Formats: sequence, C-alpha cells, structure tokens
Amino acid sequence: MTIENLQQNLIQDFEFFEDWTQKYEYMIELSKGLDKMDQEMKSDKNIIKGCQSKVWLHADYSDGKIKFLADSEAIITRGIIAILLMVFNNKTPDEIINSDISFIEKIGLKEHLSPNRANGLYSMIKQIKFYAIAYSKN
Amino acid sequence: MNFNVKNIRKDFPILKKKINGKPLIYFDNAATSQTPKCVIDSISNYYNNYNSNIHRGVHSLSEEATEEYEGSREKIKQHFNAQFKEEIIFTSGTTHSINIVSNGFLNQLNNNDEIIVSGLEHHSNIVPWQMMAKKNNAKLKVIPIDDNGELKLDDFKRLISNKTKLVFVNHVSNTLGIINPIEEIITVAHEYGALVLIDGAQSAAHFKIDFQKLDVDFYTASAHKLCGPTGVGFLFGKKRLLEKIDPFMGGGEMISDVTFEETTYADLPHKFEAGTPNISGVIAFGVAIDYMNKIGFDNIQKYEDGLLNYANSKLKKIDGLKIYGDVKNKTSVISFNIEGIHPYDIGSILDKYGIAVRTGQHCTQPIMDHFKIPGTVRVSLSFINTFEEIDILFDAIIKAQSMLS
Repeated sequence: MTIENLQQNLIQDFEFFEDWTQKYEYMIELSKGLDKMDQEMKSDKNIIKGCQSKVWLHADYSDGKIKFLADSEAIITRGIIAILLMVFNNKTPDEIINSDISFIEKIGLKEHLSPNRANGLYSMIKQIKFYAIAYSKN
Repeated sequence: MNFNVKNIRKDFPILKKKINGKPLIYFDNAATSQTPKCVIDSISNYYNNYNSNIHRGVHSLSEEATEEYEGSREKIKQHFNAQFKEEIIFTSGTTHSINIVSNGFLNQLNNNDEIIVSGLEHHSNIVPWQMMAKKNNAKLKVIPIDDNGELKLDDFKRLISNKTKLVFVNHVSNTLGIINPIEEIITVAHEYGALVLIDGAQSAAHFKIDFQKLDVDFYTASAHKLCGPTGVGFLFGKKRLLEKIDPFMGGGEMISDVTFEETTYADLPHKFEAGTPNISGVIAFGVAIDYMNKIGFDNIQKYEDGLLNYANSKLKKIDGLKIYGDVKNKTSVISFNIEGIHPYDIGSILDKYGIAVRTGQHCTQPIMDHFKIPGTVRVSLSFINTFEEIDILFDAIIKAQSMLS
C-alpha cells in the first residue's frame, strides 16, 4: 500500500472515534502492540533527545526499503510512534521524502507534534526524513 | 480585608477560557502566573495615552512615561524594602539579572577563587556560573541535596572557605517548591566574606521578602510570575556592590560621557539599563505589585498554604503516587510521579481535562538525576486556584491512571 493510502486508512479509522478518550485508548492499544526495542539498541546513537520523553529511532536499509525500529518511555508517545511506523516502515527513500505528514493533523494528534511540546516526535519525523534522504543517495 | 477567591477570579479574564471543552484549570503558576485585568489594562493605557521614550524627551508625554516608569521602581523598592531606589535595576527577567551579576564579576575573580551553587538550581542559575568559572579558572562547587530534596547545610558549611567569593541559591526550588534556608546561608557566607545572590523567581509571588532584613547582596525576580507581564524583571543589588561591577551591555541610556576614546558609565541604576527598556512592562509590573498588595501577601500565603496542604493530603491517597520534596517548609508546588507511568502521559491526559500542569525536567536536570527519574508532573498552585479544582485534578489523575495502566 502506498504511504498515501495508509494515511487515508488511518484518517478513516480515527473518524470513528467519538471523543478523545476513545482515540487515546486506541493509541494506548497500539502502543502495547509495538515491538519493544532491545536495550542495547537504545543507545546514544539512536536517541532523539526531547525535553519530555525520550525517543529512540533506528533505521536499516535493505532491498531498497528502510526498516525502522522505534521506542519511547511514554505510552502515548509510543502510540504515535506505532502510527508513524505503520505509515513509513518498509518504504523506499523516495516515497518517504515525497510524503506529506499532514495526516497527523487530520487525525487530531497535532498537539503531540508541535516543537513546543518538545517530546521528541517532531524530531523523530525529521529524522525519518533525514534517513530517507541519506539512503536515497546510496 | 477578607480573602474571597470567587471575587479574585473575576479579575482574571483568562479564567473564562475553555480548554478541550472544559473550564481551564491552571496549575502551571510556577512557569508563569496569570494576569489580572488591571495589569492588562495598564499596558493598553500606556500605548493609548502616553507611549514615548523615557529619560530623554523634554516633552510632556516623555515626562509622564518617565514618571510612571520610575514610579514602578519606587513601588518595587518599597515592596521589597531595599534601602535605595537605585538598587533596583530593571531587566528582562531573572535570567538577564543573573547574567548581569555573573558577567559583572568576570574580572574580579582569580584562579583559586571558588563559587558555590545549590544542587536545586534551575539551569539559568547553573549555566552562567559554569561559563564564568570556565573563563576565570574558578572552581564551581555544589551544595548537595538529601533524599527529600533539601539542601545539606552541613555540607555547605564544609564547602565554604575564605576562597569562596560568591554563593548562588534559589529562594524556592521551582521543581520541588522547597523553601531554602537562605537566612542561614547568607549569614554563613558573610562570615567568610562571600557575596550571595538569591534567585527569587519562585518566592516573590508567595510571601513578602525584606532585602534589608535578609541582608542579601543580590536578589532577582521576574514580573510574569507575580501577575505581571513577560519580559520584565529586576535585579536588586546593594548599592556599593552594583557600583563596583561593570555592565556587560553597552548602549544608550547607560552612559554619561561618550567619546570615541572612552565612555563613562551613567550612575545607578541606568548603568545597567542600556537601550530603551520594556517601558509598558515595567509600568505594568508596578501595577501587578499593587494588585497583589491589595489582596495582601499575608492573605495570599495563608490561602496558598491551605491549598497546598489540601492538595498534598488528597494526592497522597492515590495508589503509587510519589511526591518529590515532600517536606514541611515548602510553598505551592507539588512535583510527583505515579509508579510505572511516564509524566508526559499523565500531563497529556490532564490537558484533555482542561488541566494545565507542567511535565518534564523543569530545567533542573541535576535534580532529576538525583532522584533517577526522567521527569515529574508539577502542579503549581496560586491564590487564583480553588479547592474544587484540586478535587477535579484528583479525579482526572485517577482516570489517567486507569487509562494508562
């Protein structure tokens, strides 16, 4: 599925929720389903420092696609990571570079992405794009 | 005067606001206090009626602005009982004030000199001294804190010596709300001939402070934590000490004579107020001090202590909730975590209930390292809060806890 299709699916999923509690409960569910990162992968090399909750992001490049692994100390942050990985994992660098991230706003999670919240997620999306740019030059 | 929180809340337009459909409950007073209408009005009144530059023009508007601006200095001098009006220097806030002192002493320290800071300091009271110590090869020593977060005074007494030139401590910890024993620290420091700067960012809004009685050398506070506007604060310094240090910002207003060869600095306080200051902000700061005095600091302190005790005993009923800095001598701040839950998650959910708290490290990474935690949820109270709001907070935390565990 293309990044855009995946984003559209998420937007539709989130439209079903009647209020924020359902949305948050869903994210908490996603968070619990996200693979945990091994302790040794949570290294300084992979850390994306945010003032509020730490986020780790690791990328591997094979068969023309980027495989991301990510984790956070905070449950809600992990939920958003799960959403980001649903969209960006196993995609080609070009697909990632050309993607737009406004779906985050459309599913009503924009508040978690503002640089003001400094929770590392804003930097994580930037980092995902940087990896894509770096691998596109391979 | 009777303290009536219902009436007081009417003075704050922002309290009518809804967040996520819920009435705003503002528990982030330690980051910035809310602003009463009289303070907001004083800013528009300045721009509507007498906006002009101070200390310069011969015209009436400039005179009026200068009179109001200097009137604010007088109000602050009186409120904090400084000896002289020129001991009050207007700054952009506490951080600016601390930098005036640290830069002022740059040329006055030698290789073997020592500086002591407390382990409870905000980054803004650590970084300038680190920068200064590095430039001067001076040593920076830290007063450790105990398991409750209180300063270890015995260790301070061991650290201090005749080599100690400067001591910096906050009056109240922004992260834990602990009131530090600054009277004793000042007395001990003076026995060794060291000067003391107290960061009053978190104290000035909660109780009355008397500079002469404290015999403090430097003291600083920010207007925006005292019902005033952002971008304004002051540095108090004893006159003879302020006269001894050089300003680090040069420009207009702070000079008496300028040739291309040399500049003679203006007298206090202008020496440290280079450029056009935040005139409307300074005037509004004076209005804010008047407003708080009208309510009365004794009333404020008594009411806030009641709120703090209520919140403290209520929150302690929550399973797995741990309060950091749970000591007797504190004011208006409760910093906590709930076992197994990241503070960011709690804060995000409280926001959904319209409750504003701060989460994270509160610019005090060394305190977080001390307790080995990533951060805390900080509830900071003020006299505009109510007991009912604490009940709502309690219910919201319980709901957040059940969602997150």
